[in-house]
Amino acid sequence: MTIDSIKNGIVLDHITSGKSMEIYRILELSKLDCSVAIIKNAVSRRGGRKDIIKIDSEIDINLDVLGYIDPGITVNIVRDGQICQKRQLELPERVSGVIKCKNPRCITSIEQELSHVFELSDRENGIYRCVYCETKAEHEI
Amino acid sequence: MKDLISITDLSVDELESLIKKAMDIIDNPDEYAEKCKRKKLATLFYEPSTRTRLSFEAAMLELGGSILGFSEANSSSASKGESVSDTAKTISCYADIIAMRHPKEGAPMVAAGAASIPVINAGDGGHNHPTQTLTDLLTIYRERGRLSNLKIGFCGDLKFGRTVHSLIEAMCRYEGNSFVLISPDELKIPGYLRAGVLDKNKIPYLETDNWDNMPELDILYMTRVQRERFFNEADYLRLKDVFILTADKLMSAKDELVIMHPLPRVNEIERAVDEDERACYFEQVRNGKYMRMALILMLLGIE
Repeated sequence: MTIDSIKNGIVLDHITSGKSMEIYRILELSKLDCSVAIIKNAVSRRGGRKDIIKIDSEIDINLDVLGYIDPGITVNIVRDGQICQKRQLELPERVSGVIKCKNPRCITSIEQELSHVFELSDRENGIYRCVYCETKAEHEI
Repeated sequence: MKDLISITDLSVDELESLIKKAMDIIDNPDEYAEKCKRKKLATLFYEPSTRTRLSFEAAMLELGGSILGFSEANSSSASKGESVSDTAKTISCYADIIAMRHPKEGAPMVAAGAASIPVINAGDGGHNHPTQTLTDLLTIYRERGRLSNLKIGFCGDLKFGRTVHSLIEAMCRYEGNSFVLISPDELKIPGYLRAGVLDKNKIPYLETDNWDNMPELDILYMTRVQRERFFNEADYLRLKDVFILTADKLMSAKDELVIMHPLPRVNEIERAVDEDERACYFEQVRNGKYMRMALILMLLGIE
């Protein structure tokens, strides 16, 4: 299968196989005018399968959101057809406006203007807790 | 430090200095009678409380300061839909320090982010109640002369009992403490406390649904099963009478056991236990006032 290489843009590589559509939705890539390629189940040189997203424009991406959803992703910034920057994501210390606190006793349940903020409380197990009520995040966005 | 939202906002050194200050206030009350002259404490209580609000107010009055505030959400602008942030900003223009109780967890943290004056969390839902913990620490220190190497039993509602959560977190910071957690299955401590505090710090603890470990305890901390924390009345009725401390059950306990309770009590401690010399829960109330006096002084930067 051949997909045009991009000249200036972003390649999200090493996406966990099957997660590309979720990332496409969360990053709202459907709103872009440029070409976006989603490659599912590509063979990974690291072994196994992976997804890849190629975006033919250098857009702003919230890396914290991306790191939270799939910390194994590599973000490649491409300029003039060359990878000029490679970023290995990791779980962010703090995510804001990404995870919703589902605790009905949390202050965020009644004050709509408050941003839902979660902090990483256990990196080993990828556990996030609401900064207001310390409720554990359920891993869905 | 500007605010007190969680007991972990205070370092062990700060806790020690608060205890020292409270002890000095107990010994020399006259020296503190005018320390907060012309200072105002705002007590913003969005849910009913007798003890905590009056304790804060008594503390400020004994320091020579004055008080203003409300004791239920209906008598505040919250009933008109005002946000916690806006209320905190407004009160900052009138008072020097805020004590806030709110039924929603995290509300005092939101207030602290907006206020330009110190905010004290006076209880946020089932989450934190740091000034009760300060009270408990002073009580343990006064009764046992130390905060380390103690076996502490907690009994009752360990799931929603915020005083339990805060005190466990605080006592984990002192060497050699261990816990016996006595509760029905449905009211065990929350997972974040078990994993994030006890297991993480390798603190010895036992979860049980009986009184068998009574003879080993140095402290027994009783709690009320709180009706207001249940969404389902049937669950409350089923669990409220499971653990009641009676004089009989204390027969096997140590002579120097310290029996504590954050109060109010319903029926979880039999009245006869009040006569037992080991019952310290009313002394605990008095200690609460002294500790809040020490805290107000610290947050206002008054020696």
